[in-house]
Amino acid sequence: MSSSYSSLYLEIGWLDLALAATLLAVSLGLSLTLRLGLSKSLLVASTRMIVQLWLVGFVLEWVFTTERPVVILAMALVMAAVAGVAAVHRTRRRFAGIYWDSLLTILTVSFLITGFTVLGVLRVDPWWDPQYLIPLLGMLLGNALTGISLALDRFLEGCVDRRDRLEVRMTLGATRWEAAGGEIREALRVALIPTVNSMMVMGIVSLPGMMTGQILAGADPADAVRYQILILMMIAACVSLASFGVVSLAFLRLFSPRPRLRTERLS
Amino acid sequence: MLTLRDAGRRVGDRWLWRHLSFTLEPGESLGIEGPSGSGKTLLLRALVGLDRLDEGEAALDERPLEDWDLTRYRCRVLLVPQDPALEEGTVEENLRLPFTFRVRRDGHRAAKSDDFDRDRARSLLERLGADDLLDRPVRDLSAGERQRVGFVRAMLLEPRILLLDEPSAHVDPGRAEAMERMVGEWKDGGGEGEDRRAAVWISHDAGQLRRVTDRRISLAEAGP
Repeated sequence: MSSSYSSLYLEIGWLDLALAATLLAVSLGLSLTLRLGLSKSLLVASTRMIVQLWLVGFVLEWVFTTERPVVILAMALVMAAVAGVAAVHRTRRRFAGIYWDSLLTILTVSFLITGFTVLGVLRVDPWWDPQYLIPLLGMLLGNALTGISLALDRFLEGCVDRRDRLEVRMTLGATRWEAAGGEIREALRVALIPTVNSMMVMGIVSLPGMMTGQILAGADPADAVRYQILILMMIAACVSLASFGVVSLAFLRLFSPRPRLRTERLS
Repeated sequence: MLTLRDAGRRVGDRWLWRHLSFTLEPGESLGIEGPSGSGKTLLLRALVGLDRLDEGEAALDERPLEDWDLTRYRCRVLLVPQDPALEEGTVEENLRLPFTFRVRRDGHRAAKSDDFDRDRARSLLERLGADDLLDRPVRDLSAGERQRVGFVRAMLLEPRILLLDEPSAHVDPGRAEAMERMVGEWKDGGGEGEDRRAAVWISHDAGQLRRVTDRRISLAEAGP
């Protein structure tokens, strides 16, 4: 299969990569000279990066050659689940059920938006064609993960830091929405900052990875740009919906309808 | 009107108080005594449903707390916490805030308070020696000024029952007495018979507690 691609771009062999590994030596050298104490982390991180990508290469090759939608869907599920769990790992505070909330949100939102794009916008045939499904989903998940962890982190910190204010509002007769509305809005605002920022400087400061990748692979830059616009719009929608979804679920768990702030559920 | 039956509150495995029962009668002022850490504040929090009781139950007008819509309940029973936890903004914005909540906009009976009364707020603050506070940002206020703002906010809301948690802890004695008189006036402003207003006080100042309350309950005696 790889032979059909090869005419469009230069192939990289393992030996070429070994040469590129000298680039890693730059970071290592810097860490050692300045005694940043990062050498070990750098080595572990790069080893992990290489092994993980190498393995995923095998998986992708297999997934891309199978004609069975079940396999591709299973792969999509695993990716989403990993993203859901990873999103929670980056928050400082937890509550019982936080993993479920994150998983439910990321699955629903990313599948919804990928589905809309694959079926509605690109009209891929068959709809499960991994060439489109997997990379689109992957990019959404990466961004949703950041959005969810930022939103959760900010919301939970807010509930702990401003617990007094939230409770005083409730003693003054506020419903749980009236009490926590400000915290929810603030969490969503924080979660959307990276997305908005990246769209602001898109093409000027940063050339996005997907677009450059397509261009490297020989695609028409105009096509690559249209794909990039599509993916950014998907990302914006996905991050907004995912952060709103996960913060709403967290809110419902932490604020009883009575209303009362269930701080005992937070750790 | 406000009843606590066989109530207990636990922190970890330790009971702060247990088998605690009392009834706050219309027109009464009840004092809660006990060394610090004995759970006085937690008792008041439980009485407005911010914390759950670990055993027993609370009831207002024979109706258990669980059956109340707490937003309405809290229009009747108002907690004045030691720290009023004011929001960013001016004093006036803070005093206005509760009047923006749905439960008060609905023209509910616990309120002559459908509307924020700026002149009244100003005059209440002046009586506590806090003149010209309305337009000040709360971040510039001293602890004593904050506490007075929290107290005035409660007065403006005109609840039936006030739960006062060290309302004058950061206020000098002259002002504290003004507060006591204002609580007295608020009580007299209520209805007759069953509708009379009542208060629960916590104070570290034993003299104040004797002065303002008809009856006192000690949490130390309600221990395990």
